[in-house]
Amino acid sequence: MLTIKDLKASVEEKQILNGLNFEVKPGEVHAIMGPNGSGKSTLASVLAGREEYEVTGGEVLFNGEDLLDMSPEDRARAGVFLAFQYPVEIPGVSNANFLKTAVNEVRKSKGLEALDSKQFLKLMQEKMKLVEMDKTMTQRSVNEGFSGGEKKRNEIFQMAMLEPSLAILDETDSGLDIDALRIVANGVNALRDGNRSFIVITHYQRLLDYIVPDFVHVLYKGRIVKSGTKELALELEEKGYDWIKEEVDATLNA
Amino acid sequence: MSDDLKLLDDVANSEYKWGFVSNIESDNAPKGLNEDIVRFISAKKNEPEWLLEYRLKAFRHWQTMTEPVWPNVTYPKVDFQDIIYYSAPKPKVQLDSLDDLDPEIKATFDKLGISLEEQKRLANVAVDAVIDSVSVKTTFREALLEKGIIFSSFSEAVHEHPELVKKYLGSVVPYTDNFYAALNAAVFSDGSFCYIPKGVRCPMELSTYFRINSAGTGQFERTLIIADEGAYVSYLEGCTAPMRDENQLHAAVVEIVSHAEAQVKYSTVQNWYPGDKEGKGGIFNFVTKRGICLGNKSKISWTQVETGSAVTWKYPSVILKGDNSVGEFYSVAVTNNMQQADTGTKMIHIGKNTSSTIISKGISGGRSHNSYRGLVKINKSADNARNFSQCDSLLLGDQCGAHTFPYLEVSNKSAKVEHEATTSKVGEDQIFYCNQRGISTEDAVGLIVNGYCKEVFNQLPMEFAVEAQKLLAISLEGSVG
Ligand SMILES: Nc1ncnc2c1ncn2[C@@H]1O[C@H](COP(=O)(O)OP(=O)(O)O)[C@@H](O)[C@H]1O
Ligand SMILES: [Mg+2]
Repeated sequence: MLTIKDLKASVEEKQILNGLNFEVKPGEVHAIMGPNGSGKSTLASVLAGREEYEVTGGEVLFNGEDLLDMSPEDRARAGVFLAFQYPVEIPGVSNANFLKTAVNEVRKSKGLEALDSKQFLKLMQEKMKLVEMDKTMTQRSVNEGFSGGEKKRNEIFQMAMLEPSLAILDETDSGLDIDALRIVANGVNALRDGNRSFIVITHYQRLLDYIVPDFVHVLYKGRIVKSGTKELALELEEKGYDWIKEEVDATLNA
Repeated sequence: MSDDLKLLDDVANSEYKWGFVSNIESDNAPKGLNEDIVRFISAKKNEPEWLLEYRLKAFRHWQTMTEPVWPNVTYPKVDFQDIIYYSAPKPKVQLDSLDDLDPEIKATFDKLGISLEEQKRLANVAVDAVIDSVSVKTTFREALLEKGIIFSSFSEAVHEHPELVKKYLGSVVPYTDNFYAALNAAVFSDGSFCYIPKGVRCPMELSTYFRINSAGTGQFERTLIIADEGAYVSYLEGCTAPMRDENQLHAAVVEIVSHAEAQVKYSTVQNWYPGDKEGKGGIFNFVTKRGICLGNKSKISWTQVETGSAVTWKYPSVILKGDNSVGEFYSVAVTNNMQQADTGTKMIHIGKNTSSTIISKGISGGRSHNSYRGLVKINKSADNARNFSQCDSLLLGDQCGAHTFPYLEVSNKSAKVEHEATTSKVGEDQIFYCNQRGISTEDAVGLIVNGYCKEVFNQLPMEFAVEAQKLLAISLEGSVG
């Protein structure tokens, strides 16, 4: 599904990703952990096609296609979804209107007919249940005045509506209380169907109690320096990142 | 310019979609302006002596005035002797029904997206269509007349209801008011007239479409709306103009009189030809619009969506004379390419407990300039007057300008006046967020801008709001992708 080979990227002349490799197969859940500033959000932004992030080397194949060659909207239409670490507010545009536009764009690209208001409403009601979302949220402006938790929940709601084949969750758990965390995780788990893949970026092992990953990777200094299964996350929780940093820095300096 | 800014710039650059010239034989006055031309216009329209006198007085006064200049607007001087002041489309037959309408004119309306037939069928919008200067057809007159509502061309009203016209003409905007108001009073050709009798709620939206057609003709409409005690009317004005290289002058006057407990809602969607990308051609839109709340609890609301014209100079205003009267101004002004707009409102509080609301949304792209200029004046007599103003500017690029000039004159200590102003840019992060959900940059800008204007669009009648949204999307449409 997704193959990343020797990916290098920089922002404002500063090299952030230093040759990153990994592969996601259909239905897999990969967790990416790592200390602050290690390049996790940068990876997510590069995959989604954010312009400030310049790819300086390597390649990314998505279902066999050159992902880096596609515009951000085409990537989204092809099934790449990013749940933002900091969701953006769009005043005056209702969540429902925003999502209707998005859903119909994605449908159009697949040669499907646009949903009319009635069909759309039905779809929305169905998906709202997944994230236990209040009805009034759909009429409010996109993320405007939403609490941190509401914003994150809204990201998962959008994901449910758009039904991507690859979802990247960038610290969706940060700032959530335990109930909100459970709701978000339930939403994600409900969307695990054996085909849809997830890249879950997180700081804390806590989320991985709810969303159980197939693989855990540690990103440090723009590289994946360690991969393992969910036990790795527990080990990190216990020991912190210092031992990995030391390991890596020792090899780098050697 | 960064790529993103370039993209925004492209999005902001769009082509005018209403630039077609329809071929209707016109009956023109000779070029230029003097007393004879004023007499010619008056004679053409078979006007009574008192009206000719009014025009001549206005003309003589105009000659003593000098053309105003504004610090934030630059444009080539208008040569008032190079303008044709009267141009009437020649009707081939006397019009008895809609079906007799000149097919060319009809086609013009179809291109504008208003089919009279359609509207007749829907039977909830009465249209008074003004092409160039003469009102071609007024629909639904009979249906309205049953309620005692008069909705006709200005010229007809002069003949059929001279006492009303005489009483109210110039009562809100006297010809001495300003240079363009004086010019209009001297040479106005036609426009709409509307009278809603006491206690009557007008059962449909009244609508006028203006269109400037002949080359080198200025358009000087005159509109007069009177809502008698307890009456209600919602009035819609839409405008388009064909594409031409030379600039055309448009100097209209709209007067509204709202009596005690009456309410007038006046909505405009203006998309006159703004000129090309280099600023060649386009309409000069110098309009005086003013309403007076004469009695207790009367109300006037102006809502405008301005996307057209090369230069716009326009301040729909309300004089709040009656106690407890209410004035509102909701505005979206979009400027693109080389367009310049200087628009805003004046709220003049005279009566006690009067209140006014101003919501202005300016959107600028290209190398355009967009100014909000507003005056809130609280007279000594206006105890407990209140005003709330919110003036927001949205920039679509880094070569455009937005300016806000709020003027405040308060002579009564009990007044409460609030002013808020913001300037923002369409954020790259907002656009990327939309992109990431599958929405193209062009659609994203449309979505964001429409959201930004929501408070104003909410004030428009439903169909008009939809039109306005489409119009906005089209004005912002560009060469992206
Ligand atoms: N837009 C940007 N401009 C400048 N520096 C950036 C930008 N985005 C990220 N960085 C830098 O790149 C590094 C990695 O950041 P990020 O990918 O956000 O890390 P993480 O998500 O792992 O905490 C940090 O040093 C950060 O300061
Ligand atoms: Mg991050």
